[in-house]
Amino acid sequence: MPDIDIVTPIHPAPALPLRARLAPLLMPHRLVMAALALAALAAIVTQMNWSWLPVYLPKIGHGLLVTLVLLGSSVAAGFALALPLGAVQVTGPAPLRWLANGFCTVIRGTPLLLQLWLIYYGLGALFAQYPEIRASWLWPYLRQAWPYGFLTLTLSFAAYQGEIMRGAFAGVPRGELEAARAFGMPRLMVFRRVWFPRAVHRALPTLAGEIILQLKATPLVATITVTDLYAVITRVRQDTFLTYEPLLLLIAIYLCLSGTLTIVLRWLEGRVPSGH
Amino acid sequence: MNDATPAVEIRDLHKRFGRLEVLKGISLTARPGDVVAVIGGSGSGKSTMLRCINMLETPTAGDIAIHGEDYKMRATRDGGLEPADRKQLQRIRAQLGMVFQSFNLWPHRTVLGNVIEVPVQVMGLPRDEAVARARQVLDRVGLAAKEDAYPSQMSGGQQQRCAIARVLAVEPLAMLFDEPTSALDPELVGEVLNVIRDLASEKRTMILVTHEMGFARDVASHVVYLKDGRIEEQGPPEQIFGDPRSPHLQQFIRSIA
Repeated sequence: MPDIDIVTPIHPAPALPLRARLAPLLMPHRLVMAALALAALAAIVTQMNWSWLPVYLPKIGHGLLVTLVLLGSSVAAGFALALPLGAVQVTGPAPLRWLANGFCTVIRGTPLLLQLWLIYYGLGALFAQYPEIRASWLWPYLRQAWPYGFLTLTLSFAAYQGEIMRGAFAGVPRGELEAARAFGMPRLMVFRRVWFPRAVHRALPTLAGEIILQLKATPLVATITVTDLYAVITRVRQDTFLTYEPLLLLIAIYLCLSGTLTIVLRWLEGRVPSGH
Repeated sequence: MNDATPAVEIRDLHKRFGRLEVLKGISLTARPGDVVAVIGGSGSGKSTMLRCINMLETPTAGDIAIHGEDYKMRATRDGGLEPADRKQLQRIRAQLGMVFQSFNLWPHRTVLGNVIEVPVQVMGLPRDEAVARARQVLDRVGLAAKEDAYPSQMSGGQQQRCAIARVLAVEPLAMLFDEPTSALDPELVGEVLNVIRDLASEKRTMILVTHEMGFARDVASHVVYLKDGRIEEQGPPEQIFGDPRSPHLQQFIRSIA
């Protein structure tokens, strides 16, 4: 039996010289694949119709901004909600536990599109019936579509992430919390200094995936008249009668976004070494 | 309070888990400077007794006083006790350092981070002062070069020494060791025992639950043999190991040796 060394941390392999690193890429079949990909890209750029692009670029930029703001804000707010949702399911009193569990189950068990429409048409119509609300300072916002999109996306993210946080909170080894208590930490400090950071770190690997799922859920808000990236591209297609070019651009943008998110979150994850 | 005030005093301690009575009336006193070794077979209640001292387990009945101060307790509905004064509990706990069998370091913090955590967060020490003190105690346990390492990057022996440094940094009234070498590979036991031996020779108050009989014999000033939740025999190590009276203890020592 070889001795397995569990103590030494795994260090990144030492950097190879440039030639050695390039060698795998220069194998014949890979060269052929690369040539095909380049040819496809060249064909897309030269053979397809991109004349509309400069005209719509500002609108696309604005749509992209809407998508990113919606994503960022709903992830931040959803995550903030997910923490109590997860923690309460592990330690809370029974009624709170049931409430949180019920919320997560209902939201995760129904289509997001349905929730969006229910909240937009339902809540939106409900608000409109009350003169007090129509007269309030909130009304200029509540009569727009984006608050409902934001709310729905937030609740959805909170429910999925809440379930993950429940597992993460429950998975922190009892002994680490016990040590904190044994040194006289008050309960809130145990939570703040040990339980919470440990749970978040345990949840981090799945957080990247959840954020990307959330990114891919954002186009649904186009159905309630929020002009996000997807809505702008749909508009381009209607105006220009082009099908593929706008969609290809849309794919490229979403791919870039999810790629960037993956890299950033992986970097973040690597900054804190895991427990085991 | 004078020096004669016991650091830890346990009076008629009972602990029941459901229908199982683990501790059946234990009284034990550790005076400042005492090194009390608690030995006994598995299931004899020695860890439970130790964990009652800082209320990680709440006793079913009995009193515990730390440096002359009794824990304020109140009755629970199921006939046990629970700490009645959370502030007092936290204050007393902060004066007791515990070393666990499974180290229980905080893996998201470095060695230094683990050691300064309680001084800074609980005791309110300024950070630079805590760091200076932490470096001192890390040097004592031979981890001066490791302060930036994370627990997962260290061997079990190093982790346990870090856990001991974490306890030393709070300058506790008494140190509680819960089988500190039981989770270690045999070749790593020595380095941890050496650190504890050093501390014992400085007349620090310790209560030590251990399976290392030779070690207990060397460092303890007082040995307590637990059997089925009762103290069956206690005395100085020469007497317990050299001239055990109770047949159970005689058999226990034979089975270990």
